[in-house]
Amino acid sequence: FSLLSSCFPRSCTFYLVLCIILFLLAQESWVCVLYFQIHFVLLVSRQGKVRLTKWYSPYTQKERSKVIRELSGVILNRGPKLCNFIEWRGYKVVYKRYASLYFCMCIDEADNELEVLEIIHHYVEILDRYFGSVCELDLIFNFHKAYYILDELLIAGELQESSKKTVARIISAQDQLVEAAKEEASSISNIIAQATK
Amino acid sequence: MNSIFSGTRLRDMIRSIRACKTAAEERGVVRKECADIRASINENDPHDRHRNLAKLMFIHMLGYPTHFGQMECLKLIASPGFPEKRIGYLGLMLLLDERQEVLMLVTNSLKQDLNHTNQYVVGLALCALGNICSAEMARDLAPEVERLIQFRDPNIRKKAALCSTRIVRKVPDLAENFINAASSLLKEKHHGVLITGVQLCYELCTINDEALEYFRKKCTEGLIKTLRDITNSAYQPEYDVAGITDPFLHIRLLKLLRVLGHGDADASDLMTDILAQVATKTESNKNAGNAVLYECVETIMAIEDTSSLRVLAINILGRFLSNRDNNIRYVALNMLMKAIAFDDQAVQRHRVTILECVKDPDASIRKRALELVSLLVNENNVKQLTKELIDYLEISDEDFKEDLSAKICSIVEKFSPEKIWYIDQMLKVLSEAGKFVKDDVWHALIVVISNASELHGYTVRALYKAVLTYSEQETLVRVAIWCIGEYGDLLVNNVGMLGIEDPITVTESDAVDVVEDAITRHNSDMTTKAMALVALLKLSSRFPSISERIKDIIVKQKGSLLLEMQQRAIEFNSIVDRHKNIRWSSLVERMPVLDEATFNVRRAGSLPASVSTMAKPSVSIPNGVAAAPLVDLLDLGSDDIMAAPSSSGADFLQDLLGVDLGSSSAQSGATPGPKAGADLLMDILSIGTPSPAQNNTSSIDLLSTAGINNNPSNALDTLSSPAPPHIATTASAGGMFDLLDGLSPSPSKEATNGPAYPPIVAYESSTLKIEFTFSKPSGNPQETNVQATFINLSPNTFTDFIFQAAVPKFLQLHLDPASSNTLPASGNITQNLRVTNSQHGKKSLVMRMRIGYKLNGKDVLEEGQINNFPRGL
Repeated sequence: FSLLSSCFPRSCTFYLVLCIILFLLAQESWVCVLYFQIHFVLLVSRQGKVRLTKWYSPYTQKERSKVIRELSGVILNRGPKLCNFIEWRGYKVVYKRYASLYFCMCIDEADNELEVLEIIHHYVEILDRYFGSVCELDLIFNFHKAYYILDELLIAGELQESSKKTVARIISAQDQLVEAAKEEASSISNIIAQATK
Repeated sequence: MNSIFSGTRLRDMIRSIRACKTAAEERGVVRKECADIRASINENDPHDRHRNLAKLMFIHMLGYPTHFGQMECLKLIASPGFPEKRIGYLGLMLLLDERQEVLMLVTNSLKQDLNHTNQYVVGLALCALGNICSAEMARDLAPEVERLIQFRDPNIRKKAALCSTRIVRKVPDLAENFINAASSLLKEKHHGVLITGVQLCYELCTINDEALEYFRKKCTEGLIKTLRDITNSAYQPEYDVAGITDPFLHIRLLKLLRVLGHGDADASDLMTDILAQVATKTESNKNAGNAVLYECVETIMAIEDTSSLRVLAINILGRFLSNRDNNIRYVALNMLMKAIAFDDQAVQRHRVTILECVKDPDASIRKRALELVSLLVNENNVKQLTKELIDYLEISDEDFKEDLSAKICSIVEKFSPEKIWYIDQMLKVLSEAGKFVKDDVWHALIVVISNASELHGYTVRALYKAVLTYSEQETLVRVAIWCIGEYGDLLVNNVGMLGIEDPITVTESDAVDVVEDAITRHNSDMTTKAMALVALLKLSSRFPSISERIKDIIVKQKGSLLLEMQQRAIEFNSIVDRHKNIRWSSLVERMPVLDEATFNVRRAGSLPASVSTMAKPSVSIPNGVAAAPLVDLLDLGSDDIMAAPSSSGADFLQDLLGVDLGSSSAQSGATPGPKAGADLLMDILSIGTPSPAQNNTSSIDLLSTAGINNNPSNALDTLSSPAPPHIATTASAGGMFDLLDGLSPSPSKEATNGPAYPPIVAYESSTLKIEFTFSKPSGNPQETNVQATFINLSPNTFTDFIFQAAVPKFLQLHLDPASSNTLPASGNITQNLRVTNSQHGKKSLVMRMRIGYKLNGKDVLEEGQINNFPRGL
């Protein structure tokens, strides 16, 4: 019995069949609201091209492209002197422009926007050190490196390291591992090549 | 071999995509690349996997589908080398999310990698787990992660800590397992581990009360010490941001202290000193410092009352508010909203600055400021604030007007000190932003105007003046033509002049000009035009001297393409034409005063009802009549106005035409019926009957007008019983048949029905008996008409009688109004129900019901379930 129809004898409302979902309301269990500090990270160029996306909350592919379209429309059209926050679908998007790139992070209504601005800057500084005065092209051709660095900075939408030096050290250690593996592979293929000659 | 299938390099692919000039060209390149990658995947050559996945990730970023690469990620993750794993995990995080089932396949690889000897491989696995793990994976891998929190390398510890935060978010039950590990992290020196450890504790505290108690007891002092240490620490280049040592750690510590101090006076006491220190000593000329201050203010406001700290916090916000940086002002506005809860006065001091922010060019700041202003309004400052806001409304951006006008309206409604002020302010808003105002706002305005009888003259003159200047504001025009229709004579004769008014001279034809203008303007919508027609009808009696001109305007609308307009024009025309001499003025008298209290209750309380009625005018054309919004008002008012035994449906008809019930029945030559409503119908039908044929057509006209609106057809229902001949007339009018059919099952039809169902006694108590009789309309076996008869068995009269019923989902229930809401002693009332059984033949009817009434002023509620319906309904 989920429909409660009521009628007031004197009201002349003809279709006053009020569907009050009393039972649903009563039984609806308390839904655990997840608070991620950062829901997603987005890098968009001034032309609206996506340069990096990282999703910490689940979004389907369709939602993702919709979010990107919507947000880049709003952010790219904002004037230069305005504040770096926009309210969007009950969330806040903090963005900052560096040269031709907009760095955007989506956070909850109650989070500290100023800190997120600092996190964005932190990330940009690390990128800058890694690539040596980073530019958009670096991030296009080495997009995977940009992701690796982001993964050393954020996990589950939370900051994991406040020291730029530490991040740089861990990244370079991993890069070296890759290089070593590559050298090994090429030396093995050399040996095989020589052996089969 | 390799070179044949390897395709292009990643760098070359990116270049060729970038070189594309059109989207079509880009799609072509991507399609070709994807084809190559698929071919290469089928080759199953491990050497190309690495590059294929990198390419796929780039393609994915451009928004193309890449699901075929998902298995490649898994293969790369399962391969032994670090480079393969690194790119494999990256691909996993990019191409998949927690909702894909493929992810389950990776659990085993993850488990192995979490136990890998190489710490960087462990790091990769932790990172992937932290970013995309699902609840199942969280359960499976929680023990591994818990163990890794104590790993020797800090890099792994911090990753494991954040991974745990995700795990406890996904599976809150696991929180207990992590409490000990988390508290050990708080003693760390390594900043990365400390930051993540504090974050994990914060997460645990918000999820689990036990954890909160535990950390409050054991860790509060330690955390305070840590915060003091980093606040006082010397310059540390590694962590320094704009002169502040590790603002990120600052912020997280403050956040955790906030949770610990909230609701606990002892813990709050402990942290007072350090909070004061942070609040006073933090540099506020850079963003990093402000971020810390902002967090500190938030913590001060959340912890238990320490009034001196709060003064400090409000002062910081005041400083923020006067900052030139928009970001800082934005957060200040945001925080002041919270501050208002405990120190209204302090926030009021900043009122002027906040008002300035409403006028900021930045939309985000404007929105925040407007929210804040609406919280600041009270009885004392409402006039001043409203004036400021309305002044700004004139010059604000078009897209901001909607928000702004809605806010002003709600402020004015809530705090208006007197009616004349309310009307003035609403007129200003309507003049400036009439197109943005919601329907319920101008409905409310009409109700207020109708109630302020001493201001009728003033209002109609003010509206007349406004509408001349702002004729493009739709809702202003509507209110104006309604008022001109009702109070047109006051406008022309300058009745009820107030001292503050300038006298104006308005001739009768000036007033008609305004209405004509509204009806002929191309962008007026249906509702406005229909309201204008009603106004004209009313004016034709108020201004007999120019009734010919009014008639001309009405006649023009006979050719309207909108059915409703056409019909209305024809009907009104015939009324004006034929019945000029007969009780003319009483037919279009003023509306009775609309009942304010009921309207407000309805508006605030029953959202569904108001939604359904409000939505009608704009959605469907048949309902989009002037009558519809008026019905709202009437309907609302009717509850109290109607003390007479006529139903409110009849009331509607009466009001629509402006007929005064009492006078019409007194003057009427028609047979006096038992019910005033029926009398009214007779009246309308018999007005100046030249010939029986014409009588018929006009009656059908009127009836069908009413029939188009949902509401008035109820009137017909109640009218039908005392006036059977007219039912015969209407039944012959094809379209009307259906409508009436459901409402008043005529005896003849019952007779033609197939099986007859025996009446049942649905409910019986010591005071009340309910009987149901059934009939089936021909043609629809699913439908059943039920006539409920309520019989009062007690010696007392029941008032405010309400019958409510609920049915399971497979049934649809439709209730008509009862014949009365007063049930006299041993009398009865009837009510029709229509039940549609979507499972006809499979399930029989069931119903649960509730009856409420007042007995000697006391509320009585009876409930019951009806299971004894005859089978086959």
